[in-house]
This record gives sequence, C-alpha cells and structure tokens, in this order.
Amino acid sequence: MTAEIIFFYAFAVLALASALAMVTFLRNVVAGVMSLVVTMVSLSGIFVLLGAEFVGVIQIMVYAGAIMVLLLFVVMLLNLESDDFGPPRSLRGVSKLVGVLAAIAVAASLGVALSGGLPAPAAVPDGFGGTRAMGRALFSEFVMPVETAGLLLLAAIVGAVILAKKRID
Amino acid sequence: MIPYDHVLGLSVLLFTIGVIGALTRRNLIVILMCLELMLNAVNLAFVGFNRMWAGSVSGPETPVALDGQVFALMVITVAASEVAVGLAILISLVRNRDSINVEDASLLRW
Amino acid sequence: MSNDLMGDTWIPWIPFLPFASALLHAVLIGMLRRSLSPRMVSGISCGAVAGSLLLTCVSFAEMISLPGDGAIQERLFSWIGLGVGSAHFDADIAFRFDALSAVMCLVITGVGLLIHIYSVGYLQQDQRDDRGFQRFFCYMNLFIAAMLVLVLADNLLLMFLGWEGVGLCSYLLIGFWYGDREKAQAGTKAFIVNRIGDLGFLVGTLLLFWSLSESGTPTMSFRGIEGALPVIVASTLSLPAWLGGGEFALANAIGLCFFLGACGKSAQLPLFVWLPDAMAGPTPVSALIHAATMVTAGVYMIARLSFLYAVAPEASTVIAWTGAVSALFAATIACVQSDIKKVLAYSTISQLGYMFLAAGVGAYTAAMYHVVTHAFFKALLFLCAGVVIMVLKHEQDMRRMGGIGSRLPWTRRWMWIGVGTIAGVPLTAGFFSKDQILVASYAAHEVPGHIHLYWMALTTVALTAFYSVRLIYVSLYGTSQVPAEVRREIHEPGGLVLWPLGILAVLCILGSLLGVPQLWGDLELLRVEESNSIHHFLARVVAVGEPHELDASTEWGLTGRAIAMFALGSTMGVILHLLRPAWADWLAGKLSFAHRLVKNAYYVDALYRGLIVRPLLAASDRLLFRWIDVRLIDGLAVMGSANLLRGLTDGLLKYTQVGLAQVYFLVMLLGSLAILVYLLFESGA
Repeated sequence: MTAEIIFFYAFAVLALASALAMVTFLRNVVAGVMSLVVTMVSLSGIFVLLGAEFVGVIQIMVYAGAIMVLLLFVVMLLNLESDDFGPPRSLRGVSKLVGVLAAIAVAASLGVALSGGLPAPAAVPDGFGGTRAMGRALFSEFVMPVETAGLLLLAAIVGAVILAKKRID
Repeated sequence: MIPYDHVLGLSVLLFTIGVIGALTRRNLIVILMCLELMLNAVNLAFVGFNRMWAGSVSGPETPVALDGQVFALMVITVAASEVAVGLAILISLVRNRDSINVEDASLLRW
Repeated sequence: MSNDLMGDTWIPWIPFLPFASALLHAVLIGMLRRSLSPRMVSGISCGAVAGSLLLTCVSFAEMISLPGDGAIQERLFSWIGLGVGSAHFDADIAFRFDALSAVMCLVITGVGLLIHIYSVGYLQQDQRDDRGFQRFFCYMNLFIAAMLVLVLADNLLLMFLGWEGVGLCSYLLIGFWYGDREKAQAGTKAFIVNRIGDLGFLVGTLLLFWSLSESGTPTMSFRGIEGALPVIVASTLSLPAWLGGGEFALANAIGLCFFLGACGKSAQLPLFVWLPDAMAGPTPVSALIHAATMVTAGVYMIARLSFLYAVAPEASTVIAWTGAVSALFAATIACVQSDIKKVLAYSTISQLGYMFLAAGVGAYTAAMYHVVTHAFFKALLFLCAGVVIMVLKHEQDMRRMGGIGSRLPWTRRWMWIGVGTIAGVPLTAGFFSKDQILVASYAAHEVPGHIHLYWMALTTVALTAFYSVRLIYVSLYGTSQVPAEVRREIHEPGGLVLWPLGILAVLCILGSLLGVPQLWGDLELLRVEESNSIHHFLARVVAVGEPHELDASTEWGLTGRAIAMFALGSTMGVILHLLRPAWADWLAGKLSFAHRLVKNAYYVDALYRGLIVRPLLAASDRLLFRWIDVRLIDGLAVMGSANLLRGLTDGLLKYTQVGLAQVYFLVMLLGSLAILVYLLFESGA
C-alpha cells in the first residue's frame, strides 16, 4: 500500500459517499450542490493521481468552480423549497423497479465488460498529462476539436440568453 | 500504482448512482446534477483508459497518447454548455409553470 | 514520360477563362437579373476565348520545344479518390496538353474565336428577346470551356464531364429560341438521342474500370489505361446463352461501347437523326457546335483511345463500315435537301463518316487531319449560309433564294473557297485530307471489305462535289426567287461578320500545308522532319499501325481517281443547276420514288417515330402513367404507406409519448442496455 493507493481509496470513498448522499437523502438542494462539489474535488484528486494534472486542475476550475457556482446561483435566485424526493408518479410500482434494475444491470454489464484483460499498471512516460504536453496536443493534433468546442460554447451562450429572456417572442 | 479495474469500477459505480438519481428524483436541478455526475464518471473512465494506453502514439506532435484527456476536456466543455442551456430552460420553466418539477413539463404528449 | 513538363503551367487557364466568363454572365442574368450592354458582353466573351487561344498558342510553343514526345501535364486536385494501397483509384482534375489535345485546342479556340466574333455581328441583327444576347454568349463560353475540358482531360471521367458539358450546351443552344416549340423540341431530341450514345460511353467506361480493377490496377487516366493494355487484351467477356454463348474479346466490347457514344455525339448511323433537327439553333451555333467542334468529339475520343482500337480489329471494322455507310448515305440526302442548313447538316454527317472511316481503318491521324480541315471549311460554309439567311430575313429555303450573289461579293468569294475545299479541288485542305482517307481505306488490307469501303468513299467524293456546287448555285446564282422588296435591301454585312469568313477561307487553303503527302514533295512544319507534318506530329500520341506500302504509281492513280470523281460530281452539279435546271426537275420527276425517299432522309426519322417513339409514348401513357404511376406509386406506395403509418401511429404508437422526461430516459437506458449486452455477448462468444 503506497501513499498513492491510500489516497486513491480515500478519494474514491469520498466521491461515492457524497454522490450517494446527493442522490438519496439530501432534500435541500444547496446541500446537494455542496455534496456534488465534494465529489468533483475528489475526482479531480483522482485525476491528478492518474497523472492527468491538467485535467484535474480544469476539473476544479470549471466544474467545482464555474459550473457548481452557476447551479448554486440559480438555486438561490429561484429560492425554491424542495420536497420532491421520491420516485415520480410515472415510475411507481413496476416501472420504478424496472428503472433501478436497469441501472444496476447497466452497471453490472459495464463491470463485466471492463473486468478482465486489463494490463497491469505501468509507469507513465514523461510529460504525460502535463500542461505543456496538453497544450501541444490541443493546439496541434486536436486544434479542430478545440475550435469546434469554441463554436459550441458560443452557441450555448446564445441559446441560454434566448431561453432565459423574460419573454419569448 | 492504482489498478485500472478499480478506477473503472469507481467510474461504473458513480455512473450508476447518477442514473438512479436521474430516474428517481423529480427536482430538475437535482436531475441536472445527476447528469453532471454521469459525465464525470465517463471522464474518469476516459482518463483511466488514457493512462492505460499512454504508451501508444496519437499523432506526430504528441509523443504521448493524450486522446483520452483531450476527450475529457471536450466532455467538460459540453457539460458547461449543457448546464448553461439546462439552467436557462429551468428558469423559463419556473417562470411559466412556477415549479421545478420535471413532471410539470409534460405538455408534449398524446 | 520523363520529357513531360509538370505543374505550374497555363493549361488550367485555357478552359478556365471561358468558364469564368460564362459564370459571370450566368450570375448576372440568372441571379442578379440584369444584363450588360452588348458591347461589354461581346468584349468579355470574345476576350475570354481570345485569351484561351493565346494561352493555347503559348502552351503549344512550349510543348513543341520539349524534347521527344513530351507533353504538358498539370494536376489540379484529386476529384474522386477511392480505396487504399495498390487498389487505390484516383480520378484527378488533371489536364494533359499533348500533340492530340494541342491540335484540338487550337481548332476549338481558333475557330471558336472567329465564330464568337461573327456572332457579335450576327446577333445584333437578330435579337428576339432582351437578355438573349448575353444568354447566347454565356452558353457559347460554357461550350468552349466544356469542349476544352473534353480535349484536355487526362482521364476518362474528366473527359466524360466535358462530354456531357458540351451535350448540355448543345441542348441549350439548339433550343436557344425556346419560345418556338419546334426549336425547343429539336433541343430535347438532340439531348435524348445523345443519351443513347452516352449510355454506351458510360458502359464502356465501367467495363474498362471493371476489367482493370479485376486485375488490381484501377485507373482511368489515358496513359494508365494504355499501360494496362495487356490486361485488357488478355480479358474476354462471356456472352450469355441467348446471345449464342462463347467468348468475346473485351477490347472489342469496350471499343464498341465507346463507339456507340461516338455515334451519338458525332451523328453517325443509326443515331444521326438529331443533327438535321439541331439546325434549329442560331447559325453560329450550327457552325461552332454542330460542324466544327462538338460533333468531332467522337472522332477525337477514338483517336485518344486509338491504342485500344488498335487491338480491337472487330470494333474497328464496325467503325469503318458505319463511317463509310454514313458518309454515302448522308451525302445522297444532302443532294436533294432544300433547306440550306439541312444540306450542310447532312454534309457534316457525311464528312464525319469520312473521319470514322479513317479511324476504322487505323488512319487515326488522317481522321484528325480531316477533323481540322472540316472545322475550317464547314465553319466557313455555315457562316456564309448564315450571311445569306441573315440578309434574306431568316429565309432558309434555297428554293426561295438565288440571284443574290452579285449583291454579296465578299460572301460569294468566301463561299466559293468553302465549296471548293469541301468538294476537294486539288491542293485545298479538303482535297488532301480526303485523299489521305481514301488512300488509307484502299490500303487497309486487314479490314474486311476495304475495297468496298474505298468505293463508297470515292462515290461520296462525287456526291460531295455535286451537292456543294448545288448549294452555291441554287442559293446565290440562277433566277432569283427573292421578293423584290427584300432584294432591294440586301447589302453585305459589316466587317465583324466578313473578317472571320476571310480568315477561315485563308485557313481552308493554308490547311493543306499540314498534310501534303510525302508523294508530293517535302514540306516541313511543326518541327517534323517529313512531309504530312500533322501525321508525324500526331503520331507522338496516336497509335499508328504498320505503314501500308503503296507504290507511287498506285498512289498517283488513287489521287487521279479522286480528282476524276470530283470533276464528275461538280460537272453534274454545274449542268443540273446552272446550265440546264430543267433537267434536274425532269430527273426528279422520272425518279420520283427515289427522290421522295432520299428527300425524306430514307424515312429513318419516321421509322424511329413509328417503331420507338410512338410505342414508347403509348406504353408510358397507358402502362407507366395510368397504372404504375397513378395506381401503384401514387395510390399504393405514397398514399398507402402514409395511411399505414398514420393508422399505426394513431392507433398504437402515440401512446408511447407520455410526456414524462424520465420515462424517455428509462427507455433510452433500456436501449443502451440492450446494445451493451449485445456487444458483450458478441465479443465474448
């Protein structure tokens, strides 16, 4: 048990616990958001442990920072009370069972699919996941996706503004 | 060294939690958050796989394969767009229906 | 191959200049709905063609200075790319300027420019609608561009692009006065008849591609095909049982398919029927497209694929016979037509028949030489006929002409040169080019029945002389049938019209220098150190079979026979149409059945109408329209499927739309699960 593995399990447990908490028993939306933030931060730790430092940092900055703040902002703007826990009307009885079973089946089959045949962990080459390497990759090999992502963000901004306008005319 | 199957197992578990949440909660904000959780789980899988295949080369400019991480960044971009649009829809839903319950947005049916 | 000049040349600009001009006109009149002044239009269009001519000359000089049989090659970009590795297939937008395409380019841009200039003068007299002037030049430029693509193409597919492009322009220009229903239908007819030929072209291309990809070297470029010739020669095609079974050499099959395409484009039997009708177009169009350039595309294609025809003796025999029969057949019709343009149209078919005869007996260079000289004299004759038609206010019937030659002194002079050249007055271009064909068909021992071919061609010489003499005498001399008030106004048109005629007339005479037979002495041109320069020049590219050795006395004898036939035909023409016109009527009355038969072009058109067009229309109406379209397609397929779908959705499927996002999500999840399970089992098994 190296320190790396200890940290990994700690982060994993933290992520799972806070995700479960958000989904199952936190009725207060603000608490749910904060719980999700914990998941995000733990995941970013795992990213760093996996050698993806750049993605880890972006995870904190964009996810745990921007996106979650946006969510919190909307929650507080709308000032909604939430007593919505429980399955929706349409999913009562059999369909609720089907839903959860299906989710578990997806998990199980994914587990089956991913288990076995995996190579043993190995040391990563130099510069794996660092800012320098990522920068080079993003602006050479993947410059088209990067530009396309910019276009997507622009479209999302325009869409969001249009949708959130007071009146849709 | 972290075993890959544990990384991927964690990814699967987080994904499943997200799915169950999206299926069972009625609050639109919580459903959005569950979607984020699922996307994150996928990101974790991407980064894990990238680590696994780091030895292979993805292009002339990149001596190390970084496809998975780049993909994870793209997923983050998409997630950001999705949250922006989703929240805008949410706001207009609240404005028109005075509720954030998904079941109140069920006009489009037979 | 190493002598080729690659890249960074002027070649792509040769077709591009007229294309750009056409595009400009099209955008202006089609999209912006405004037309330029006629002066601007003619300046731009003629300028573009003049630019092409200039670039062609520059490239020609450049090509000639290349060592050996070098050519200029320019690859622009990959048009169609398929497959990888050794089975890779690439059709490029690539141009190749070699001896053959150089000759064609010079003819197209040279004659094209003259006809463009002529058209400026011609159309100013003949404006029937507002944007007509610009529309006309738009089509003309597009035609020049397409024709240049056709001859410059480096591969079959690009050639096909040009091939279809010229067909389109021909259709547009025949139906240029589309308000006239008959003219619009003539355009449609040309297009449809050409379709049959183009099908042959396409089938030939596909056969070629199929056989080459079977052997693992798919290519469409002419040199690639030439390189793969052993593969083609070795392949055979199994005939189906109902055709008697057996094997058929692939080269023959491909050659026949391409020849069908050439038949359509070059108006040979049995697909000639569109060309006489195509005379509905403006006269400069008839001169450019239906005499000088487009209709010779079939001959060009056969010369381009001469390496293939050289190993396809049966196909070549078919070509030779079709050509000879067409030549004779059309020449007889030309002798009795009364519409001045129809005479020229049948004459064109006849002359094209000569070219195919030459190609069929393996004298591809003679065929190309006749293409060149024919472009000169036939364009000249058409343009002269255009002047006559113009001054007589659109009168095309020769029976209502006559006696106007003295009012049109220059036109008469140029027309005499044209008539002399086509009839084969010794030492003119037409004389030498026809002589080469006659000699080649006489000497072609390997072609079955070559002596019959020779005699048919020789008879055609007399007929040609007869109808061309008739053409000029009936239209310009004799008693005038022109109404007096029209006659008073006749005056020769301006220089814009006359200059191109003069230049063409000069070319008719100078053209002979290109193909003086060795027999007549030494004349070196085009950096070829022998007489008959065009033959040796083209021989760099075009296949040349074993030279047929004829001793000089035989050859002189053949030439003498040709001159005798010319003398016979022209004397007959002079007697019947100038000295004793009454004899002609008497003769027509005596042979009234034969006269009527020939006058109606042997009723081929009526035959086609009765055997093909009418049954086709009837079947289309009764079966295809009333049953298949109305009941089956409209009734069963369109309405039936719509009703089925509506019943299904209204009765059943709409209940799946519950309006709850999470139910949709659940369904999606189940779907993903199914896919996942399938993938697992598939890969696990």
